[in-house]
Amino acid sequence: MTNSHSPAAIRVTGLRKSFGQQVVLDGIDFEVARGTVFSLLGPNGAGKTTTVQILSTLIPADAGQVQVGGHDLSGEPDAVRAAIGVTGQFSAVDKFLTGEENLVLMADLRHIGRRQGRRRAAELLEQFDLADAARKPVALYSGGMQRRLDLAMTLVGDPRIIFLDEPTAGLDPRSRRTMWQIVGSLVASGVTIFLTTQYLAEADELADRIAVLDHGTLVAQGTAAELKRLVPGGHVSLQFGDATVLARAAQMLQPTSRDDDALTLQLPGGGDVRSLRSMLDGLDQAGIEVDGLTLHTPDLDDVFLALTGHPDVPQETRPQTQEANAR
Amino acid sequence: MNAIAYTVSDSATMLRRQLRHMLRYPSLTVIVVGMPIVFLLLFVYVLGGTMGSGLGPSGAAGASGAAGGRSAYLEYVVPGMLVMTIAAVVQGTAISVAMDMTGGIVARFRTMSISRASVLTGHVLGSMVQAALAIALVLGVAVLIGFRPTAGPVEWLGVIGLLALASFALIWLCVALGMVTDSVETASNIPMPLILLPFVGSGVVPTDSMPGPLRLFAEYQPFTPIIETLRGLLTGTSFGNDGILAVAWCALVAVASYVWAMRLYERHSVH
Ligand SMILES: Nc1ncnc2c1ncn2[C@@H]1O[C@H](COP(=O)(O)OP(=O)(O)O)[C@@H](O)[C@H]1O
Ligand SMILES: [Mg+2]
Repeated sequence: MTNSHSPAAIRVTGLRKSFGQQVVLDGIDFEVARGTVFSLLGPNGAGKTTTVQILSTLIPADAGQVQVGGHDLSGEPDAVRAAIGVTGQFSAVDKFLTGEENLVLMADLRHIGRRQGRRRAAELLEQFDLADAARKPVALYSGGMQRRLDLAMTLVGDPRIIFLDEPTAGLDPRSRRTMWQIVGSLVASGVTIFLTTQYLAEADELADRIAVLDHGTLVAQGTAAELKRLVPGGHVSLQFGDATVLARAAQMLQPTSRDDDALTLQLPGGGDVRSLRSMLDGLDQAGIEVDGLTLHTPDLDDVFLALTGHPDVPQETRPQTQEANAR
Repeated sequence: MNAIAYTVSDSATMLRRQLRHMLRYPSLTVIVVGMPIVFLLLFVYVLGGTMGSGLGPSGAAGASGAAGGRSAYLEYVVPGMLVMTIAAVVQGTAISVAMDMTGGIVARFRTMSISRASVLTGHVLGSMVQAALAIALVLGVAVLIGFRPTAGPVEWLGVIGLLALASFALIWLCVALGMVTDSVETASNIPMPLILLPFVGSGVVPTDSMPGPLRLFAEYQPFTPIIETLRGLLTGTSFGNDGILAVAWCALVAVASYVWAMRLYERHSVH
């Protein structure tokens, strides 16, 4: 984004895709500047993988213009393939080969020469902490190791544009951190990254720009800060002991939402200590006992909720959440 | 490098990959090669004595008794067993293609700038190597138990050429079959008829011993001219225009399967 003169790494206009009757992408537009991380954010089934598959030449679009690395997707698919590296949502390693053989296979297919291919393989095995397992069949690797190998294979041949489809799905927190660091260092070396995720915290952490995909359209686009500004404020969540208490509290306060199963109420605001105290005092005087209280400053979860009207996003770590117990 | 050089280099890379698979997990190869050998031994030693006597004057010329019948039957049955060997090998092809297509690695290959045909070519070449090994082993066992082909150098060239052509055609057929199925189990069952076809042809008994409609099918199905030609080349029986028919069948199956397989590969669903 710093270099506005260079053409975008990825440019998409009016992209459409349906599977039979089901419209998955209903005309989406976005641009990814060179050397930046762009994150496509959306719940399960939103069409993230479909978008990656179209952009990486795996499946054809129904309509729209797509340029990747300055090449037209429909006109020069091979030029696009030469410019990109893809780590799909599902493991794309050869389980019958060893880690090293997988990397050499990639080097051979990228035509980078025997000796140089071997050297690059060794380098990547080292960098991805797989050197000890290099000679073991991939079938014996753990999920995290396979994921790392998958990404390492994508990096053979040093593609300038990399697609990562939910790169941290199913990884433990430590492996997730490692993956984030790898993405960080790639971007630092000038690579452009298109990343999909269901995790708002991940987009927040990594992406220069975020686009929110829901029901086939991009409902919002911008930096994490810009998206957060779309939501007026945070909210307070109150937890009650039983349904009767919940009902009484709901009558007294004006909750924005009410969850009868979880026995919680959500109220607007939250950052303001005085109004919070007066609310709790009011409940106390009415003899309504509050079992727990949670404060949310606005984060991307709220953005998502506000934009899409449904909270079907996995309840992932909310870094800005403070828990407090009343009484 | 130009496009052809890339295709050759990518296909060689994919062949290396297939050979590694075979070396690391030899069980499929062992089954695929072992089955025709077991069939050969069963046919010759369990059924051979009786079957040989039933072959008639042309088959059991001058021989008498069960032993004579057996050696006559060995001579008769080897070409059918060679074709069955190919059928067994290509069943392995369908399985390994289906395994590849259901795994993610092929999706990765499609996002790379590599020759489109090379993934399939790798399978085809790998299976050709497997077929050559299997055929050599079956022939070796046949010779060990007394098979004495009368073929001279020219006939041997014909035998090798026809076996290679038939393998090539059936391998491409099974590459396509491995892709139409959406599971490895189905892929292992679909080529089953190929193993049975030599039976309802001239593979284990002459077709003129079969009843009406079956005989008609047996005489006109593609495996029969292939088997008859191999038998003629190996043991000197006459095969008339079966040679041309055999080559024509193989060419037809090869071309149709290749076109089918490439089309399937191009629009194979990535899920
Ligand atoms: N090959 C396909 N055939 C039919 N429907 C598909 C196919 N691929 C994806 N879909 C449907 O398209 C929608 C979007 O899927 P996907 O792109 O995988 O979503 P995401 O990656 O965001 O979870 C889903 O409802 C899915 O069922
Ligand atoms: Mg997905």
